[in-house]
Amino acid sequence: MQSIVSSYHLCLAHPPPPVLCQRLLCHRIPSIRLPSRRSTTSLGLFTCAAVSRESEMAAAAAAKEDGQDPRIPKIASSIRVIPDFPKPGIMFQDITTLLLDTEAFKDTIDIFVERYKCKGISVVAGVEARGFIFGPPIALAIGAKFVPMRKPKKLPGKVISEEYSLEYGTDKIEMHVGAVEPGERAIIIDDLIATGGTLAAAIRLLERVGVKIVECACVIELPELKGREKLGEAPLFILVTSDAA
Amino acid sequence: MSRNKQEEDPRINGIKTKIRVVPDFPKKGIMFQDITTVLLDPKAFKDTIDLFVERYRDKNISVVAGIEARGFLFGPPIALAIGAKFVPLRKPKKLPGETIFEEYELEYGNDRLEMHVGAVEVGDRALVVDDLIATGGTLCAAIKLLERVGAEVVECACVIELPELKGRQRLKGKPLCMLVEYR
Repeated sequence: MQSIVSSYHLCLAHPPPPVLCQRLLCHRIPSIRLPSRRSTTSLGLFTCAAVSRESEMAAAAAAKEDGQDPRIPKIASSIRVIPDFPKPGIMFQDITTLLLDTEAFKDTIDIFVERYKCKGISVVAGVEARGFIFGPPIALAIGAKFVPMRKPKKLPGKVISEEYSLEYGTDKIEMHVGAVEPGERAIIIDDLIATGGTLAAAIRLLERVGVKIVECACVIELPELKGREKLGEAPLFILVTSDAA
Repeated sequence: MSRNKQEEDPRINGIKTKIRVVPDFPKKGIMFQDITTVLLDPKAFKDTIDLFVERYRDKNISVVAGIEARGFLFGPPIALAIGAKFVPLRKPKKLPGETIFEEYELEYGNDRLEMHVGAVEVGDRALVVDDLIATGGTLCAAIKLLERVGAEVVECACVIELPELKGRQRLKGKPLCMLVEYR
């Protein structure tokens, strides 16, 4: 274990929780920050007859605590940052450590579910592969269908595809024909938004078949990469922001 | 008491009818079992997860390991419901940081399954989840990975089994629970 631990920077601000320390390389580089007010869209924008009072009370409580959902710090600290992966200069945001923390994983899903459960969402679209980890639990909890958006040639049968730019070259994502119907209301889930290329392609795919994108939701945003600007009119909801490099 | 197949539960038929079979994918002669149509039906998807959760919730499972990528669709909801950690088992070079790997055979050549070092601990009781068991090669690699780090694999859980490919016999003696057979 020692040789592994030595390859990571120590978290300078606070010592990591002891449970995580024993298990895994839980040291966080202090570049993970808690989200500022602007990155959590006000709950007041939406109404839900059934639970509006509850939402308002929760929002008020959160606002009291400096706009911060009290579950967020634990979620943020459960994410591991790996330097120079997949290549030098990139600080990779590894959510697998969040999945090892049963409370943090549950809280992550709960926050999204609370936000979307009364918004008439009938589609949760998740981008392969890490979007497959967060999307289905949300879909199940809010009674929506889950639609996987995949790399080329993975989905059998008829698909539609949308191209997007990479640093060098392009890639495609695909969706099944007939998975969604015109007029459906969708959210798109991924673990992280960086440049926004993949999410923008997912938005285009769904809009081409007449679906309304209510919001894009990610655990992590790398705001320096300005991915938000590629999403057009679709709002973005995130839990944690971090530095890209 | 333990049954490997949930034969009589009335939810099973509802799930079975939602699975779409796509002929000649990814190549001629293969009848591909497409579970995406189950995911499009909130009741069928919920029933699928509920059946597994009911089976495992009192078995002290501390790890649900899901095989990329379709195991990621079923594993996390099960893990969340039973209070276990979720561990993704991935194709090479996807997991950052230190990993261990296990090789397995394909029809032509080999592939590898990787897991993070430190994700699973000695004494963890594990479930391995995938959408389907065919030859059992991937599941066997998953079992080996977990056992190498000292976990006890309690069972493998798949939505679909292709029994003619005899994957069940390749699970190092571990039991298999599946919901739907396709012959």
